Amino acid sequence: MAAYKPVVVQACPKLGEKITQDTLYWRGYKTPVQIKEFGAINKIDFSPVPPYNYAVTASSRIHIYGRYSQEPIKTFSRFRDAAYCATYRDDGRLLVAGSEGGGICLFDVNGKAPLRQFEGHTKPVHLVGFLSDKYRIFSGGDDYSSNLWDIPSATEIISYSEHTDYVRCGCASKVNADVFITGSYDHTVKLFDARTKSSAMTIEHGHPVESVLLFPSGGLLVSAGGRYVKVWDVLKGGQLLVSLKNHHKTVTCLCLNSSGQRLLSGSLDRHVKIYSTTSYKVVHSFNYATSILSLALSPEDETIVVGMTNGVLNVKHRKPEEKNENSQKKRQPAYRTYVKGRTYMPKQEDFCVSKPVKRVLRKYDKLLRSFQSSKALDAVMEPPIMLHTPEVTVAVMQELHRRGTLRSALAGRDEKQVNLLLTFVARRVIEPRFTPVLVTVADMITDIYQPVVGQSEIVDKQFLKLQQAIGKEID
Amino acid sequence: LQLYSCSLDGTIKLWDFMDGIPIKTFTVGTKLLALYTLASAEDSVFVVIPKKGERDTFQLVSVELTKGVGQDLEGKELSVVLDDVGASMKHIAFGREGAYVVSVKDVNLQVYFFKRKLLNRFSLSTVKTKGGDNRFSCVVCHPKEDCIATGHADGKIRLWRNFHHKKEYTYSTLHWHHDIVMDLAFSMEGTRLLSGGVESVLVQWHNESSCQKDFLPRLGSPIEYISMSSDGVLCCTLHTDNRISIINSNLRFSRSIQGLIKSRDVKTGLVVDPRTKALVLNGEPGHLQFYSLQSDQQLFSLDIVQRQYIHQAGLKQSDLVKVAFSARGTWLATVEESEEVADPELQLKLWFYNEEIQSFELNTRINTPHDNHITDMCFRDMDELGDDSLILVTTGRDCVFKVWVMVEDTDPEAQQSVSWSCDFVGSYHNYQATNCCFSEDGSLLAVSFEETVTVWDSLTWDLKCTFCHPPGNIRNICFGRLTCSKYLIGATDYGFLCCWNLLTCALEWSAHLNVVVLQPDPLSEHIAAVSWLSKESSLFVFKPNEPRPIYIQRNLCKEKIRLAAFVPRDEPENTEKYLWLRKSQLFFLTDTQELMTLSTKSLEERLTPSSKQLAVEESLPVTPFSLLLGKHRHQQAQEDTDFGKLVVHNKQKQASPAVKELLHTPAHVLPSASFLCTIFINSLLISKENKSAEEVADEVEMESEKAEDDSDEEDVTAMEQEDTSHMELLGEMTCKLSKSQEKELRKIRKMDYSWLSAL
Repeated sequence: MAAYKPVVVQACPKLGEKITQDTLYWRGYKTPVQIKEFGAINKIDFSPVPPYNYAVTASSRIHIYGRYSQEPIKTFSRFRDAAYCATYRDDGRLLVAGSEGGGICLFDVNGKAPLRQFEGHTKPVHLVGFLSDKYRIFSGGDDYSSNLWDIPSATEIISYSEHTDYVRCGCASKVNADVFITGSYDHTVKLFDARTKSSAMTIEHGHPVESVLLFPSGGLLVSAGGRYVKVWDVLKGGQLLVSLKNHHKTVTCLCLNSSGQRLLSGSLDRHVKIYSTTSYKVVHSFNYATSILSLALSPEDETIVVGMTNGVLNVKHRKPEEKNENSQKKRQPAYRTYVKGRTYMPKQEDFCVSKPVKRVLRKYDKLLRSFQSSKALDAVMEPPIMLHTPEVTVAVMQELHRRGTLRSALAGRDEKQVNLLLTFVARRVIEPRFTPVLVTVADMITDIYQPVVGQSEIVDKQFLKLQQAIGKEID
Repeated sequence: LQLYSCSLDGTIKLWDFMDGIPIKTFTVGTKLLALYTLASAEDSVFVVIPKKGERDTFQLVSVELTKGVGQDLEGKELSVVLDDVGASMKHIAFGREGAYVVSVKDVNLQVYFFKRKLLNRFSLSTVKTKGGDNRFSCVVCHPKEDCIATGHADGKIRLWRNFHHKKEYTYSTLHWHHDIVMDLAFSMEGTRLLSGGVESVLVQWHNESSCQKDFLPRLGSPIEYISMSSDGVLCCTLHTDNRISIINSNLRFSRSIQGLIKSRDVKTGLVVDPRTKALVLNGEPGHLQFYSLQSDQQLFSLDIVQRQYIHQAGLKQSDLVKVAFSARGTWLATVEESEEVADPELQLKLWFYNEEIQSFELNTRINTPHDNHITDMCFRDMDELGDDSLILVTTGRDCVFKVWVMVEDTDPEAQQSVSWSCDFVGSYHNYQATNCCFSEDGSLLAVSFEETVTVWDSLTWDLKCTFCHPPGNIRNICFGRLTCSKYLIGATDYGFLCCWNLLTCALEWSAHLNVVVLQPDPLSEHIAAVSWLSKESSLFVFKPNEPRPIYIQRNLCKEKIRLAAFVPRDEPENTEKYLWLRKSQLFFLTDTQELMTLSTKSLEERLTPSSKQLAVEESLPVTPFSLLLGKHRHQQAQEDTDFGKLVVHNKQKQASPAVKELLHTPAHVLPSASFLCTIFINSLLISKENKSAEEVADEVEMESEKAEDDSDEEDVTAMEQEDTSHMELLGEMTCKLSKSQEKELRKIRKMDYSWLSAL
């Protein structure tokens, strides 16, 4: 004798991307906040100290935003022309920015007027940054030169003119206070040591370099240019580790997450891709409305800020961790009751009688088991089932059809139920996996309720909808 | 322990069923269709015989059994009791203490009172109103009261009372069954009535009221017969698929006795499971049965369709149509389809054998693998390469063949590491693909497309060459094996058997033969071809390299052989005469689902181990070669028409496992000897008085003890063998007739037997 076999619900494998830990993590952001700036946003930099304000460089201004503020809490607008690359110092108290005119300004984040001004570049300065000893600034300009400045005296320490095109990006090493790198449109990335007169290393990227990044350990270097993101091993003399080609337009910005496990790249193709730094595979990607110029991630990945070419700043905050502690917990039986008798070990001469395992059947299965076709159909016509698991409804319909009782189950329903049925059929009949069953159902419904057409407005409307849906599909 | 049996050849035999020896034979002369005995009239039996001179009318007669000495006696003294009775034994029942006999036929009920010599007739209206159908299907009598229960074709059960009077009779109706009531049975005291039908639900009615009833649902297949044990502890149901279920009195399923399950249609073919060497074919609807040929037991039944089977006529249920095993038996591919002709709902399932749970687990399910019916399916058999190179090919009527391969899932989080997906779709001039077959080394795939055989390279899926032998579609193809691997054999609709040489791409030879089944032996070069010509099947065994068959057996059997399979032997048989049967044994399945085999031994040789088996086998045809083994499984339906049959006791069957259990029970687990002793002695007493089911175990103990006492172990083995063969051949009935216990026996109403000769 066999037990009742529940209805087989055809599970359909979910198409598209699989849900991984990464997807869940990166999806955990709220809907973005959009802030309109005056021009293309060329740099976003988070303050390394709490409360993690961030400086946004756009057009001739530098705006400082607080974590949740939509309005800038501070603005530096003492620029005659466009400002570039406003960058925080490690302690978050100083801010440096280049300008179209070739000057570099150093600000106190609390002050207004520049503390220092460094003059020396003859062309716009797109790159400025602090070395990790906090007292020196490096810069790169469209005059092909990369300079090193002393903050206290506001003088130039050294100038390297090794690039043969605009220097547009660079970064300083966090482990060595003398080392910084610059990337240029001459397709190369150069590593400079302040103690030497010339570059220590040259890496050929192959495309105009838009962004460079050093890993916190200083061993790996990431360069972005053209459609490529390339990872180089600095310690092995600049050997190419991996070349990633996941964007279909120029990659403009790079950024690491706080743990250093994920690398983010933004591109003109409106995508931000997230790579795992162990496998260098794309684990997630974001879509944006327009081309991306700059990208920054706050410490602890709390906020993703993306700057676009049309001057829109897109800010995403992480959702607060959901607290699953339901105040009204079901009262569980006391531990003592729970373990009662469970720890008993049967003795050798004991005769064991096992408790039969109770099988839990779904409501429709219980009804089908007792051949209550109409009620079984009722059970799967409840809105939550119809809406979220249409395959269950269809499976029960199929089972009823197999038993030859579908017609009688469909018949004799009131206006509301017919409406519900027709809505479901009209909506799902075009899905290929449901079509064979639902076509039969639609056929039967039209057959059964043909005589009453015209008596109810709602039902008539649903019939028309069904007709439209089928007509559209046939066309 | 004696048993009466009657057969169509007009003899009643009295058996000692324990030893399987016929004691007496009474010759009556006419066909005997059903047999009844009464405890009150021991020296006469009642039989149903056809009425002389009229077709399809039968009468119930009583036969005096003379107490003469000697083996063969004549039972001539016939006296007609009732005229115009039904041929089925379910249509007659004897009332309380044999006071009256009831017979039903169509819509008429006849009651004959023996003492008063009074015949009462009652009839119901013949008009079929609103799905009602008053025809009787079965009848039983209450064991204690004057009450008759009748089952009807529309599922109603009527309880008749007061039928002593012609006019003032009454009846009440119980209705639950939606289709014909196949059989009814009263409990010992008559308080409970059991009924069963095609719904395969056993219904228990309490106190003849329609509101109090219990059900035992999903017994597997329609119930044909129900019978209660004389002490009311057990009840057994006999099903249409050749199975007996034993049920406790509290309506709990206790166990089932089954051999080869008869399915509605064996669509899967005969397949041999490489792992267990069991024969695999359709079992219960939607199930695959693994039938062990050695032990004549169903090893297990694998649920393939995994849907609730509704026992109702006219439903389009899906069933299993194709089965294929990989060479090592680790993978199983099944195809199921619904019965709808136009739009079959196809599913291809791939099962992986899980060593831990010792069963097949579903790995991949493919919906609609083909747009039309799947005609054939085969795995690429490559033993040495392991499972990675496993390829499955399916051919369909949608004019393509598809190649399925295993794909490893790279995602570590996936539940299973491999799954199957389609790799290649091939077609040939838009012809329907009908058969497929891999060569022995797996390098070539032959697919037949209607009239043409195409040969494909299994590495590149290039079409290598085509063969054709018009007219007629290709019915079967197979590659030669071992030394003959360069040959491809094909059989066509128009009765040609062709052999093509793959090296020269030319026809090697062809023969005019209407081949129905073409089956290569996996362990040798031999190929068996079964032909069907003018109502007889013939067997030809040949090697592909020579057109002369090495063995011909004409007139193998009268029925059409549908399927055949070579089952590898455990150890090669030493036979001079039939070299081709050395490594494997050939089994056939006929249209009526009889399983047959060819034996290498002659009749005498096989009979020597148990001379008593002769009694059973004497009715088998003694052809020079093909004496068919006693594996005949007659369809239940056939039995109904041919022989009356009623299963009263099944103790014999219960006994054999119980013996094992007892003998295998370690001595230290057994209770003390003094405790056992009383039970044992009691059992001896009781078993002679009343063979109740409770004492089965004790009785078994007794038997084994006896055997030991006699120190005649051969006897035991012989008996056991006898048992199994009996099981297969007859619906076994046991009944004890002992002169000293006549009074006890009166209480036992039903004593019946019949036996089925294995024609």
